[in-house]
Amino acid sequence: MTISSYSERPAARTETADGLSVPWSRPSARRKGVSARMVSAVTILLLLAAWALSARLQLVSPVFLPSPVAVWNKFIVVIKDGFVDATLLQHVVASLGRVFAALVAAILVGVPVGLAIGISTVGRGIFDPLLEFLRPIPPLAYLPLVIIWFGIGEPSKILVIAIAMLAPVALSTASGVRGVSRERVNAARSLGATRAQVVRHVVLPSALPSILTGLRIALGAGWSTLVAAELVAATRGLGFMIQSAAQFLVTDVVIMGILVIAAIAFVLEFAIRRIERALVPWAGRE
Amino acid sequence: MPHLVLDKVSIHYDGQPAPAVERVSIDVAKGDFVVLVGRSGCGKTSLLNVAAGLVTPSRGQASINGRGITGPGSDRAVVFQNDALFPWLTARENVAFALRLRGVRPAERARRADELLALVKLGDAGDKHIWELSGGMRQRVGLARALAAEPQFLLLDEPLGALDALTRERMQTTLLDLWTASHVGVLMVTHGIEEALVLATRIVVLAPGPGRVVRGFEPGFSRRYAAGEPVRSIKSDPAFAAARGELTDAIFEGEAA
Ligand SMILES: Nc1ncnc2c1ncn2[C@@H]1O[C@H](COP(=O)(O)OP(=O)(O)O)[C@@H](O)[C@H]1O
Ligand SMILES: [Mg+2]
Repeated sequence: MTISSYSERPAARTETADGLSVPWSRPSARRKGVSARMVSAVTILLLLAAWALSARLQLVSPVFLPSPVAVWNKFIVVIKDGFVDATLLQHVVASLGRVFAALVAAILVGVPVGLAIGISTVGRGIFDPLLEFLRPIPPLAYLPLVIIWFGIGEPSKILVIAIAMLAPVALSTASGVRGVSRERVNAARSLGATRAQVVRHVVLPSALPSILTGLRIALGAGWSTLVAAELVAATRGLGFMIQSAAQFLVTDVVIMGILVIAAIAFVLEFAIRRIERALVPWAGRE
Repeated sequence: MPHLVLDKVSIHYDGQPAPAVERVSIDVAKGDFVVLVGRSGCGKTSLLNVAAGLVTPSRGQASINGRGITGPGSDRAVVFQNDALFPWLTARENVAFALRLRGVRPAERARRADELLALVKLGDAGDKHIWELSGGMRQRVGLARALAAEPQFLLLDEPLGALDALTRERMQTTLLDLWTASHVGVLMVTHGIEEALVLATRIVVLAPGPGRVVRGFEPGFSRRYAAGEPVRSIKSDPAFAAARGELTDAIFEGEAA
């Protein structure tokens, strides 16, 4: 879904340009362009209002549903004074650190595995079933096994996230490799490139756009397993913060934590799209 | 003397009911400019790929300098139908890539790449990205990259196909200049009848179903260009118009048969 919305963007731009160049079509183009965003904004505002109202009328006990203002105030307090022995920033840094360590691990393993799947029949035979097996298993299911095998230290938390990231990275790499232009490979071979040189200088750069898309999906997947990973004897992290808060029924911290996790996911998605555009400026221009 | 030979080559792709090409023989010596013409699907690209070592013939022999062709080699440089350049590299880096594969030292690559780009009249486009270049410029970068391999033979698959008429004509003289200066042997595919006549020392007319040779011509106009006669004057020669009619007939006859 994210991929399609990415490719839709230029079309939307053309539409606006058309609307501006043809005066009489301008109003309709305007209305069309703005309305989706308007509807989203109104929806969010209505939800906020409903939330505020039901909190104000105490339809639900504040223990279960604190008001938006209370959540916001808690946000400020946790930034300043922290919650369960760490400031919000420290929780965020702990979580981001784990997710990025897992991302590095997933790249180190997933890209070569994806290459093997895309390049060789043997590689596909070995890794395809393993990935298909791993992919649908929810993190909470393999969490106990990871603890039994690797203990409750930091490596286990990173591993849980990395496992969730592995399939997207490897499968995107493989699909990028399969999409490599036959003519480019032949061009390199006819210039005297060895098999290894073809992989290094043609296959990898060709697959880069697809690999980056895989990283974007992997970051999303990894970020969403954060809470599961931080079930394991964590002392810091957003997931840990939410769970601790839940145990003491500090609902405002729980809600605040969820919103922070969502906001960071949004920022990560945005950042990696910027990186994609910077690293593969040729994508979609051939 | 360098010699590229396809001897009674048949090409039967896996899973296809009939062979794509049957018993085609083509002989390119150093200094030859052999042009393949014939309508789409008659196996021109397949034959070029056999010469390049990218397709193995099901029957017959392909050899270079008496040795059987078993794979691609930098003694035969290919310019593909779609330019097949690397969009993640600049024009200069694309050419330098070929130099690198030949073991040219890094310090020398950029200088040599710029020389080659100047040869195809792209001296100031070295820093451009591939997607910033027009179709004609891309084809010239592809040509410069092929020349960087210092091949004995150039294999060109419709290298001017995507160009507008004016650029195309200019590129034809560029090709002729490169050919006369370097004395490589050229095997080229084209759809242009005039183009074939202007460039070729020999024209091989192919017909489809299965691909086979129906006629051969030795027009000799490119030798006249090499001897100093301008293309304009060659094209206005009544002999050129006559050859043009004859070649057109041969191509249509081949299709009718
Ligand atoms: N890799 C391939 N696998 C199967 N059939 C092919 C392949 N390449 C070409 N062909 C078939 O062989 C015939 C000749 O193709 P090609 O050599 O590309 O012709 P041309 O370059 O003259 O248009 C066509 O019918 C085409 O469909
Ligand atoms: Mg072709």
